[in-house]
Amino acid sequence: MTLASASSASYVTAISRLTALRVPPVVALSFAIVALAIAWSLAPSLFTSYDPVNGVPAQKLLGPSAAHWFGTDHLGRDLYTRVVYGTASSVASALIAVVIGVVAGGLIGLLAGFFGGWVDTLFARLVDVLLAIPKFLLAVIVVTAIGFDTTNAAIATGVSAVALFARVMRSEVIKTRQATFVESSFLLGGSRWHILWRHVLPNASRSVLPLAVLQFGDSILVIASLAFLGYGDPPPASDWGLLISIGKDYLKWPWLVYAPAFVTIATVLSVNRISRWLRKTD
Amino acid sequence: MASQNRLTELFAHTDATGLPLQRSAPLLRVDGLSVSYGPHEVVSNIGFQLGRGKSLALIGESGSGKSTIARAVLRLLPSGGRAAGRVEFDGQEILGLPERRFRPLRGRAIGFVPQDPGNSLNPVRTIGAQAMEAAALVDEPNKAIRKALILETFAQVGLDNPQRVYDSYPHQLSGGMLQRVLIGLAVLPRPSLLVADEPTSALDVTIQKRILDLLSKLQHELEISLLLITHDLAIAAERADSLVVLKDGVVQEAGSTASVFSAPSSTYARKLHADVPALNPDRYRALRDPGFRFLGTKADKAPKIEVSGVTKTFTVDGKVLTAVNDVSFVVPAGTTHALVGESGSGKTTAIRLLLGLEQPDIGNIAVAGEQLTGRSHGSLRAVWRHLQLVYQNPFTSLDPTWKVEQLVREPLDRFKIGTREERSARVREALANVGLGEHLLSRKPEALSGGQRQRVAIARSLVLKPDVIVLDEPTSALDVSVQADIVEVLLSLQAKLGLTYVFVSHDLALVRQLAHTVSVMQRGRIVEHGTVTDIFERPREPYTRSLLESIPSGAAAIARAPHPRPQRFVNEEKIA
Repeated sequence: MTLASASSASYVTAISRLTALRVPPVVALSFAIVALAIAWSLAPSLFTSYDPVNGVPAQKLLGPSAAHWFGTDHLGRDLYTRVVYGTASSVASALIAVVIGVVAGGLIGLLAGFFGGWVDTLFARLVDVLLAIPKFLLAVIVVTAIGFDTTNAAIATGVSAVALFARVMRSEVIKTRQATFVESSFLLGGSRWHILWRHVLPNASRSVLPLAVLQFGDSILVIASLAFLGYGDPPPASDWGLLISIGKDYLKWPWLVYAPAFVTIATVLSVNRISRWLRKTD
Repeated sequence: MASQNRLTELFAHTDATGLPLQRSAPLLRVDGLSVSYGPHEVVSNIGFQLGRGKSLALIGESGSGKSTIARAVLRLLPSGGRAAGRVEFDGQEILGLPERRFRPLRGRAIGFVPQDPGNSLNPVRTIGAQAMEAAALVDEPNKAIRKALILETFAQVGLDNPQRVYDSYPHQLSGGMLQRVLIGLAVLPRPSLLVADEPTSALDVTIQKRILDLLSKLQHELEISLLLITHDLAIAAERADSLVVLKDGVVQEAGSTASVFSAPSSTYARKLHADVPALNPDRYRALRDPGFRFLGTKADKAPKIEVSGVTKTFTVDGKVLTAVNDVSFVVPAGTTHALVGESGSGKTTAIRLLLGLEQPDIGNIAVAGEQLTGRSHGSLRAVWRHLQLVYQNPFTSLDPTWKVEQLVREPLDRFKIGTREERSARVREALANVGLGEHLLSRKPEALSGGQRQRVAIARSLVLKPDVIVLDEPTSALDVSVQADIVEVLLSLQAKLGLTYVFVSHDLALVRQLAHTVSVMQRGRIVEHGTVTDIFERPREPYTRSLLESIPSGAAAIARAPHPRPQRFVNEEKIA
């Protein structure tokens, strides 16, 4: 009796918590898509029984069917399997890019905004220089300099996003620094470092989080574009951008382009929708 | 049922006190009005009526639904708000009216004066450009005549140089002038009803008085009915013919001002009456008066705070502004010194100097015998252990990402006081001192009310066990009843711990309740200085006198009261 009422109570609170969060259906769907992409990248073998590298030549260039959801490519490899196995490097490299952008950009913005003066002038000019170079061009230059592979493409994408995060972080820090509670922490005996890490950083990073999520989607696109242009891992890797790039040579079999493109678009759109929702809820 | 009774009571009162129902029907008649957001009913079954050329005040604390009623009448409820019941304006039901037919009424027949004049005008356009927009409501095709009308109205609302105001941008005018502009724009189309939502809560006392005088004048000259929304019973009693007291969206009491004000029958109205400082100058006498013994004794010779000849200037756009000019005062230990003055009088700069947050150009400041002037931030840290500040606005002075426990423990952690357990014990003790329960320890500020936040801020400054606490208008962002609670907390702490307070305020009535000595500041100078009795009973300076006269006291209502004042106590006893 008590057990039943307790479990029903917790069930009710779980439901009321969900309704309190008020997740719109589209956002819920976006979360599902992103969760699926993450699951693909963590354990691709659970989602498919085909081999991503070795195909069956007899089954080349088959259209989408129950056996091959996205069809097969020119070597008879199942395209769905290729997409699933390509997720890991696409998603992981986007993550690397975002982490580089958030950490480096956030730190620059934090120091520039908090200390002001010549520190601000120095960092702000550096950021201006970065902003003056087109983002994609900068990424291409960085990859060319450090070598053609997907991780380097990710680093390049991250570097090109540093300026953006530095800008946003700096303005948020300047806003927070003037808040009354920062001065009050001073009066309560807080040192500058204490105030910087415990008061300014948590408050300023609240608006950087949605931006980071947005940048995640953007990075997937940039890395896919770099892979498309051949700046990523060479075949038989199956990055989403690389799959599209290979597919474009087989125009008579359009699913070779459509399937990976659709997966990329769905993931990026989902991430953008989540980011917009995050910004609204906070 | 109960509200039905109140309604008939209101009508009965209206007749008995001889407020005639002009012409045939009242101008505004609200009947059984309920407003709900989703499943929450925020206003339930409200009824009142307002005659032509009369005034009615809706009184209540924040969250009582008074602004919601005004919005419902103006049909400006935010999306999701639903209003039910009847609102009749000039004999016409307006709640169910299609928006297309209501729009001609809003602005033309029903004017609105907002709460914060600073936020209600577009900062990048001139007053004139915005006034011309409002003047489009007047049925006058000629642009030149419309402009003349605007200038005439500006003069009418007491703006000395209408043309200059017309050409100015909002930031070039003071808050009082902006509020005059907004009132002028509201009365420009000659509405028959003016809804004023806390029109003076963002303004100084003297300006508050002038704005309220203006509203009363317009009400009588132009025969405009006034629906005044306020949390201040004293203001309402002075300015309105009848009162409706609200709490949690329910009418507590309604009737003519004289009867509600001098003989409140509901518990809530009586509490509200007791919480208004102007009406109860001696409320905290028992707690405060023991402090007077420190004045004029030998404690006076070694004062806790000594400020002598302090001057501070700022350079703004090449012009030198003297914010604080040759200010001196002393505060004996265990007493409260009040700095009063209007905004811009330099009182905030004075306390920033006192705390060492700014350095004075000339002069000396000493707290407990320690010089504060000419010291670095690092060496001031030791002083701050004994000298704390409570900020004006509890909504900005607490870090929104921290929990209450962390917030109150922060100073102990920073000054490395005691062990972990001792710190938690002191946090709990400080919270108990300000009357907050332990269940709030893990809440974040956003889950607390304004009064609770200010208590947390006070607890945070108390936890270090300082000797001196500087209070910068600690209650100006709070409701009257919350203010009364906070003042009570402060005074009992002073009685218990022997604290010394420097209390900054523009609210003289409040100062009279709790201070021992007072300095009146004007344009950076101290114009008058003395004990609280001297200042309030024997003011010498005309400026002090004008400040004192601006305190709304509800005197008009007392004069209008049908019974002599002592009657109230008889009534109260009967009810109690």
